[in-house]
Parts: sequence; structure tokens; C-alpha cells
Amino acid sequence: MSTGIETRRPKEAEMRPQLPIVDDDPATQRFRVHRSAMTSPHIHRAEIERIFTKSWLYVGHESEIPEPGDFVRRPIGGRPVFMVRGAKTGNVNVFHNTCTHRGALVCRQDSGNSKVFQCFYHAWTFDSEGQLKGVPDRDAYAGGVNFDELGLKRVARVESYRGFVFASFDPDIVDLPTYLAGAKDYIDLVVDGCGGSVEMVRGTNQYSFSANWKLLVENSFDGYHAESTHDTYFKYLVSIGTDLRGGVSGREVDLGNGHAVIEYSSPWGRPVAKWEPLFGEEARTEIERLRADLVARHGEKRAHAMTEVNRNLLIYPNLIINDIMAVTVRTLYPSAPDAVDVTAWALAPTDEPAPLRHRRLDSFLTFLGPGGFATPDDLEVLESCQQGFTSGGVEWNDISRGMGRVPMANDEEQMRVFWRRWQHQMGAAADLAGAQ
Amino acid sequence: MTAATVAVSRQQIEDFLYAEAELLDSWALDAWLQLFDENAKYEVPSNDALDGDPAHDLMLIDDNHARLAARVERLNSRRAHREYPHSRTNHQVFNVRVKGSAEDISVTASFTVWRFRAGRSSCYVGRYRYRLRRTDDGFRIAAKRAELDMTDLRNVGDVAIIL
Repeated sequence: MSTGIETRRPKEAEMRPQLPIVDDDPATQRFRVHRSAMTSPHIHRAEIERIFTKSWLYVGHESEIPEPGDFVRRPIGGRPVFMVRGAKTGNVNVFHNTCTHRGALVCRQDSGNSKVFQCFYHAWTFDSEGQLKGVPDRDAYAGGVNFDELGLKRVARVESYRGFVFASFDPDIVDLPTYLAGAKDYIDLVVDGCGGSVEMVRGTNQYSFSANWKLLVENSFDGYHAESTHDTYFKYLVSIGTDLRGGVSGREVDLGNGHAVIEYSSPWGRPVAKWEPLFGEEARTEIERLRADLVARHGEKRAHAMTEVNRNLLIYPNLIINDIMAVTVRTLYPSAPDAVDVTAWALAPTDEPAPLRHRRLDSFLTFLGPGGFATPDDLEVLESCQQGFTSGGVEWNDISRGMGRVPMANDEEQMRVFWRRWQHQMGAAADLAGAQ
Repeated sequence: MTAATVAVSRQQIEDFLYAEAELLDSWALDAWLQLFDENAKYEVPSNDALDGDPAHDLMLIDDNHARLAARVERLNSRRAHREYPHSRTNHQVFNVRVKGSAEDISVTASFTVWRFRAGRSSCYVGRYRYRLRRTDDGFRIAAKRAELDMTDLRNVGDVAIIL
């Protein structure tokens, strides 16, 4: 209703046409993301519907459940599910963690081995293939209840690649290899570099912080920030005798479907297989032998990529595999626009010799994890960005670095790959007018 | 009478632990580092593997003396961003139990470590396991391990402070 008195100019939002949140302008080589992408509750809800229920999501690694009946439970996309190796088929099953009777969780331990999963409410009992095996006083039910149909509900799609188990809530999603596209080659590099078989090391990092999950996607393969944010880490490397002169240099690769990687050489050592002073003199021969094995098996070029080259890999939307001073696998889930739950593991060759394993884990802890010399500072900077957004006054984040040249590892093309896919998947849910 | 033959009382150990807590809470980290043997270890296992062995399990922290010294240097600098400015902390120690000889003393204790920073509070709860050695110059820490009772780090974010 107009009062007939106009005392103010129309707000910018009112005049704003239907513009995407991701402002990708190849003509001027400028790429911006509107900060509402990180702050809007509407965007957060739309992401759950349009991204986390429509993508392949990493559940766990097959090595975590080697024996029949082995299980781990995981939240994916905010929903509790569990992954269990079926006793009859040997297959990896991923079930919604809810009793088909009245809803209670049927898997209430984080990991273990069990022949059956019994709901503790009315004692309905399911086997590791999900079949409903036990219903107390079954005779009390008339014919309308078909117990064969009341097995545990499988997550719509489950597939694995090189032991990495993914699930999707979308029954119509493309198969996993098609989805992974160019990322498959990089998973291969990591796994083959580990001798062809990998396992998750016991011990999990589960931490949360107050920032939007997409900031951690960006940060997980942001080569530009390393020197400024992680100065204390590089000082530590110098103190143990690491030669920083080579610096960090490399390139970015668009792997399709929103996946991207930066690959680069670095001053730090790699358990497979680049020696550094941290590993000690006695490790030199062993690491050279590892490298020679890989050359013999895969040729010099591929072995070089496995041993000297670091990879920070995003499997869209929220799986990070960073093959750096150790290999870390991490998932990121938003619990709110400004809150993210991170779960991270260390990946290692199966049956890795004890001294190499110890060195790998030692190397991991120099940089990575909630007690490392770098990760806490990443949390601080991302929370700082999130707080900065609330100050207002500035509407856009700039992600243009490296447009107009062949993108390098410390440019931002890998982030643009992510954001373009994000915008595409969000569609009309991520336009400026709707996000406010 | 040599140090080795002197019995160790719980009160002496408690006094030592309280003094250590005071050094941590006042961010006198260089003095705190002096409490450690040169072969000392400082460990924090992952929340879901409290018996974790750094040789084959992923820990949160596995510092030898050199890494611990680097941790102190990092925290003393202005570039450990998560801890600059420093948190205000309160290390509380109780349920202290002492075993072993004066040469090799095993101590377990409960702890709560409160951390306050930028309007936020977080609390670490768990059990300390120390191996101490008595010297003519007081106790020295041969090993300190902090096992966290929290099932995960969701409420605290990180372990950037020293527990």
C-alpha cells in the first residue's frame, strides 16, 4: 500500500533483476560470488534439496568393513545411515538408519561387527543384508502387513570406486564412474601410488566450526593462501632443515561435473615418495626404493606424478582427497549456513611397513588435523570470513585470480569449477532476489 | 640421601601439576617447556581411539621434544592465528593418582581445560597420563598424554591450545 509519500530510494534488492549468485563474466575476466551464498538460510535449505540429495556422497572406505557383519555408521547429508558388509553376499550395503516399524535407529554404535541389527524399541531384528528376520508376536498382525517389504531401506544408490563407497539419495543419478568423470584418474593416482590397495588408518578427526561449508571447499585447494596463512608451518619446515627454495608451483585441472584438482610440486616431503629431513637419514634408501618400484611398475612419467606431485582434489560437492605430506580424506557437511561438520581420515597403503606408516602419520600431524600446525589457522580464517560477511557493506567475494592466463595451482580456476557446477545445480534457487 | 630413595607423595605431584597448569594458563610456554625431558613426548590420541599408538594410529598430536618446542615457538608468535590473541584458559586437575618409584613415576589425573576466546567458551574434559622423573631440580616430564572424554571435537573445533 502506498502512502503517497516517498522518503527513500528503492532498495537495490528491489531493483535487482533475476541474477545468479555466481557472477561469471568471461568478457571482463571477473568472477564473483555473492556473499548470501554463505549466509542465506534459503540457500542452505536449497543446497540440502538440490545438492546433497542429488549428488554422489562419500560414505566410507571398503577397508573399514573387511569382514561380513562389519559396520560403520555415518551421517551423510545430515541423515544417519550405516554401511555394513552383508554376511550372505559380501556386498557393501548402505541403509537408512531407521527401523521400518516406528523409526528408531537400528545401528547405535559408531562401528563394530554384528550378525543382526535389533531395534531396541519393539525388538524388530534385521540381518546384515537388511532383511527383517524377527518380529515378536508376529501372529498379532493380519494379512495386510507384508514383512518381506519391511526390510531396512537401502539408500537409493550405492556404488564404489577403488574402495571408496558412495551413496546417493537420488535414484535417477548417473552411475558413479560417469559422475566421477576425470576425478577417476586422480583417485587412481593416489591408490596406485600406494601400491594399488589402500586402507583408512584407525583414528578419526571429527571437528566443526562456524563458517559456511563452501569456504572450506575453497580453502581445501587454495594454493594462494598457503604462504600468508601458514607462515608458522613453513617456519617449522625451515627449522627441521627443509629447503623451501623450490616453492610451490603447478597447475589446475577441471575434471568435469564440478570436480577439480590442483597439482604442484612443494618443498615438503611425501611418504610416497619424496624424502625430506623430517623423515630422517635412515629413511632415504627406503623412500628411494619405493620410488624405484613405482617407476618400474608405472613408468617414469606416472611415477613422477605419484611421488613428487601433490594433489588437492575435490570430488564435488564435498569430498576432499588431499595427497600432500600425507593423504587425508575429508567430508564437509553444513549443519547451518554458518556451521560445518568436518570428518577426516588418514589414507595409507594396505599393509604399509611399520616404519613407513609411522613416518606417514608423523608427517600428517605436522600440517593436518585439529592439532596440526596449519588446520587450526584455516578454521580461524574461515570463521573470520564468515564474521566479516555479517559486517555488510561488501556484497561480493572475488574469485577471479588467474582468469586470462593458463590457471596455475595458486590461481582460483578450481574454485570457479566448483562454483559453476554449484550454480548450475542450484538453478533458480540461487538467484540474488531469492537469497536475500 | 639421593633423590631416588625419597618416596613421592601425592601432594608433591599435585603441587607439580598445579604449577604446570599455572604456567600454561599464564602462557609462560618457554618455562613450561623446561619441565620436559629432552626425550619427552606429548600426545593427544583421537577421540575415537583413546588407546591410539602413534606408530600405527592417527593421533591428534604426537610431539617429540623438537616438535613440542616448535609448537611452543608457533604459539608464542603472532602468526598462530587460531591463538593470536591467545585464549584465556583454565587448566583444572583432580582425581590424582600416583604409582611407581621416584625414578619412574606414573600419574593419572582427571582434567578440565576451559578455553575462552572472542566471546566463546569451550571445555576439554579427559584424563592425563604422565610419566615423571624426579631430579635434584624437581620433577621432569618424560611423557604427557591427554585422553579426551568428548566423543568428538565438534564443540571445541580444534586442539590449538596445549592441554
